[in-house]
Amino acid sequence: MKQLKFILVGFLFGITMYMTEALSWFRIFEMFKFQSFHMYGIIGMGVVLGALITWLFKSGKIKSIDGEQVKFNDKAKTWPRYIIGGIIFGLGWGLSGLCPGMVFILIGTGNMVFVIFLVALLIGTFLYGALRTKIPH
Amino acid sequence: MEFLSQTWPWYVSGTMVALVLFFLLWFGKEFGTSANLRVIVAALGGGKFADFFDFPWKTQIWNLTFGLGAVIGGYVTMTFIAPEPHFADISQATVDTLNADYGFNLTYGEVPILPEFFQSWESVLTLKGFIIIVVGGILVGFGARYAGGCTSGMAISGIANMQLPSLVAVIGFFIGGLVMVNYILPFITNL
Repeated sequence: MKQLKFILVGFLFGITMYMTEALSWFRIFEMFKFQSFHMYGIIGMGVVLGALITWLFKSGKIKSIDGEQVKFNDKAKTWPRYIIGGIIFGLGWGLSGLCPGMVFILIGTGNMVFVIFLVALLIGTFLYGALRTKIPH
Repeated sequence: MEFLSQTWPWYVSGTMVALVLFFLLWFGKEFGTSANLRVIVAALGGGKFADFFDFPWKTQIWNLTFGLGAVIGGYVTMTFIAPEPHFADISQATVDTLNADYGFNLTYGEVPILPEFFQSWESVLTLKGFIIIVVGGILVGFGARYAGGCTSGMAISGIANMQLPSLVAVIGFFIGGLVMVNYILPFITNL
């Protein structure tokens, strides 16, 4: 039952992304063409409210559900991975119009094409793991 | 209930995204959906082939459970909240651009959520569908792990936590996305 709360949060995420059309290929295309504020509004509002929320947890004003200080890890400051990895991710995002979270929601619609897409995501993830020591970070 | 089945405006969904972040932090976790892909590869035995997948993935089952919740959310939304046909409320400018340069034949106000290459699995058998689904998926999966996160972990959680690397990664996302959409995609969607 400890897992139930994560199902509920995932469920909230799923309904939201569906109803705001963030899982639509057309919305991502529109975003990269700068033809609507919609996606920038969603991400921007998530960042602004998220910064406030993060600060509340970091400063200890809010503790975790178990009453503990929530820990945040700083990301390592080695730049190639963020630039090259980011560009590769962006190429894929612009092409398929889907970021990883959307795929789970779309699988829920029963459309098998997204199961194939998930397999492709897993192959890409596996390739990274296999090549990790050979590429610059 | 009528308002529920309309396209949710950005300030509603932006607030909900922040709420999702709040709950996951409150539960002592991090918001990062692409990390789930690493968990799945590890659960499938990827650790036998690469050290990267040799980690205690069972501590991350909560993230798989989150993913399961998203699957259920997709099912419930399609079945009960927004039964077909649900149209993507994209701008007239976007419809015009897609029709003029990208080989689409769309009518403003009647744009389906999914383009035809995502409407059935058989499209993967076409060259266009294969590139968008398989090549696109591999790029997203590879890039997300290489950069150390995707839209949820980098663009939202990372920047909200004032992480400069996350901002750099998101700038990378946009360089890649802009190059793809403006210079490469027209050749693919016109196939």
